[in-house]
Amino acid sequence: MKELRFDAVVIGAGAAGMAASLSVSKRGFSCALVDREDYMGGILLQCIHNGFGLQHFGEELTGPEFALRLEKDVRAAEIPFFSGTTVLSIDSEESGFSLILSSAANGVFRASCASVILAMGSRERNRGNIRIAGDRPAGVFTAGLAQRLINIDGYLPGKRAVIIGSGDIGLIMARRLTLSGAKVEAVVEIQPFPSGLTRNIVQCLNDYSIPLYLSHSTLRIIGRDRVEGVEIAPLENGAPRLEKAFTIDCDTVLLSVGLVPENELSAHAGISLNPVTNGAFVDSTLMTSVPGVFACGNVLHIHDLVDRVAGEASRAGESCADWLEGAGSGKKRAEVPLKAGANIRYTVPSTIDPESKTTVCLRSMVMLDRGILKIMRGGAEIYKKSLKWVRPGEMISVEIPAGTLGVASTAGEPFEISLNAAGEGVK
Amino acid sequence: MNRIYDVAIIGAGVSGAAIARKLSRYRIQTVLLEKEADVSFGTSKANSGIVHGGFHHNAKYLKTRMEVLGASLFDQLQRELGFPFRRCGIIVAAMHLDEMRVVEHLYRQGVENGAPGIELCSRDRMLLLEPKLSTEVVGGLYAPSGGIIEPYRFVFSLVENAKKNGVTLETCFKAASARRVPASDSGADAQLWEITAADGRTVRARYVVNAAGLQADAVSALFGAEEFSITARKGEYFLLDRLAAGCPSRVVFPVPSSVSKGMLVIPTVEGTTLIGPTADMVPDKGDLATTAENLARITASARMLIPSVSERDVITSFAGLRPVLEEDFYIDMSKKVPCFVQVAGIQSPGLTSSPAIAEYVKDLLLKDGLELSENPEFEPYLAPPVHVRNLPPEERAVLVSQNPAYGNIVCRCEEISEAEIVEAIRHGHTTLDGIKFYTRAQMGRCQGGFCSYKIMKLIMRETGMSAEEITKRGGSSRVLEGEL
Repeated sequence: MKELRFDAVVIGAGAAGMAASLSVSKRGFSCALVDREDYMGGILLQCIHNGFGLQHFGEELTGPEFALRLEKDVRAAEIPFFSGTTVLSIDSEESGFSLILSSAANGVFRASCASVILAMGSRERNRGNIRIAGDRPAGVFTAGLAQRLINIDGYLPGKRAVIIGSGDIGLIMARRLTLSGAKVEAVVEIQPFPSGLTRNIVQCLNDYSIPLYLSHSTLRIIGRDRVEGVEIAPLENGAPRLEKAFTIDCDTVLLSVGLVPENELSAHAGISLNPVTNGAFVDSTLMTSVPGVFACGNVLHIHDLVDRVAGEASRAGESCADWLEGAGSGKKRAEVPLKAGANIRYTVPSTIDPESKTTVCLRSMVMLDRGILKIMRGGAEIYKKSLKWVRPGEMISVEIPAGTLGVASTAGEPFEISLNAAGEGVK
Repeated sequence: MNRIYDVAIIGAGVSGAAIARKLSRYRIQTVLLEKEADVSFGTSKANSGIVHGGFHHNAKYLKTRMEVLGASLFDQLQRELGFPFRRCGIIVAAMHLDEMRVVEHLYRQGVENGAPGIELCSRDRMLLLEPKLSTEVVGGLYAPSGGIIEPYRFVFSLVENAKKNGVTLETCFKAASARRVPASDSGADAQLWEITAADGRTVRARYVVNAAGLQADAVSALFGAEEFSITARKGEYFLLDRLAAGCPSRVVFPVPSSVSKGMLVIPTVEGTTLIGPTADMVPDKGDLATTAENLARITASARMLIPSVSERDVITSFAGLRPVLEEDFYIDMSKKVPCFVQVAGIQSPGLTSSPAIAEYVKDLLLKDGLELSENPEFEPYLAPPVHVRNLPPEERAVLVSQNPAYGNIVCRCEEISEAEIVEAIRHGHTTLDGIKFYTRAQMGRCQGGFCSYKIMKLIMRETGMSAEEITKRGGSSRVLEGEL
């Protein structure tokens, strides 16, 4: 079996993988970029709408444009790209890692490396994951699959659609289907608030007068061969009011009910996963529980902006290069756990180094127009920040300057981060 | 279609397929007629996938004799046909002492039936046999011969082998009418059955086997044979991901109730976990819908047995319908019309019994005068389809160097290569579901979210079909509206 050797292998050539490989390569290390598809760019290529790049490139781009910018840099850096290639396994070895890969072009081969960056992205939650009952006809698609079919393959999935879930892809697809000549009958969201970005509610639903049913549960899908309708009911006190159930006729159902990091490869490699995010537990350098393996982008936790993905991936690439420079030490740093406190679903990373500058990403569980974010340690408040327009659907990223957290003399205690409405709780 | 067959089998579920394969050993002409777009698309695709342990039913029933004999034939069949099957053993777990009375009854029944190796187990033995069992278990029963099987793959391999040995398969053949016609090339008295399909195709045969599952009553009526009524009992299931913590190493049954064997936790041969089924009579034989209430019941029941079963691991749910006639199978020559074999009411343990049912039907035909001489060219073996996932890397490398399409992984969740999908298509599985059941592509955790468009393109490339012609499972289950 053919064997190749690199300093680092980056798995996944979407925004995260491309940005991470660039950081590694800039620091002079050899790096291979691997993707299952025949092209770089990942899901960005089917996101033909605009709204990308404002943070990372300082201008508004479409998905393919965003991808192309990164791809040009990857090509210029002459980073070897293995397209149409699936990583079958990652095994730890004394000197690093041994990967087995498979492709039609190169066959089954081995790649050994000192470091691995996981950038495999995510998959869409499907009907089974949210247990929608009813018939199982043709015409039920995840929103991303429908997006792919329309934007890349040029096929219309159906003429009358109901979109279940108000995730960003679903909202974007409501507009896309409408512009393609299909009628979107409704977007149905079980929560009392949309799960997608506010701008997408405005630009994709309101602008096209597409009804959004909040606090509505999908009871069942109807249709033997092809979808004929969806039965929904309003939720009251957390339970569907069956006597108020009604059916919306349609021939297509799109599901936009969230993304799940695609971590089966990581799990097989012995990397410990956070059951909240379904991504790896990482330290402040984005290193997983397996020393030398880093994670970034949607495989780590689900982002809502690709700009943040690229930023996080650049940091993972830098950390990987730092690790390669210090190769031989082979040890993880001692860090302090960071716990999710009141109203916080999770944080990434899950441990931090109080001495260094740290970026903490987190998700709120509540909607707040004005909130106060606090980091406590051993009962003492050591960091505080005001936040505006806090929404569960919008990730919060906080940069904590070096030294800020190092002041508390409470070694051994974890940090706890919490979020409350401004003007309530601890002073 | 002028060919005259010796036997026409209506229904390519597990019974019809097993009969077809059995008859392909002899020098006769057999045709297998299936109303759906592919074989195994009815009851045979959506059941528990178990080769039963021979203790659930009383010896007085035909189905019990079929079950015990059928179960014993699977090792030989697997050697010949290579379908996924493993004798992982079956346990019945009693959760309080009262239930042990029922378990003891099952044990005695099993011994009487000749179930191999069956034993009664203490609490300790149960936990040793299945460490994931609830610690509330008080004891139970162990049937080591019980096993797990991929039912559709079993049917596919039976049909493929039957075809290899000369059996003709007609899909999308929905019998619409039947009549006796004179056999043109023989004496004046000789008559044949002529079956006409909804689309006008006709088939003539000396004998007809009614293995039409849920529609066996309608088919019997079509031929003017016995009147009976098949009702549908629905079983709903959840499928859990490969990585599920709640996957046991044996099939775990609760203690049965008077109406059903209860809801089980089943490790599938492929490493996923199946929980269910419910058992509800439904008036509509097309009703394959799942219900929220039942799905909630299934998880609750499964967790009573294996507490680590988690809703987080659910990747899909589905339902299957069992054709229920009376308590027992009905397998016999029609007393009302000539040359017509009834194979009806084949509910559980139908899959387990199928090899024995085939034997039984063969004997019925023989007794009725069908001449069966061994076909010296009969080829019992079938090369099982390649699954790159199951090969060590070195072997995989060799395979890919011979055919690069084995290197291109199309279905990431189940690790199915382009070559495997192409093989399915070339074997005639041209619907998305047919390819799913043949290859497992789209059967994993993303449920086709990433690979179904790739599979559609492969179908178009291999068959020349247009996008609009592609269906989920035939009929009007069209997947796409068309080009933009």
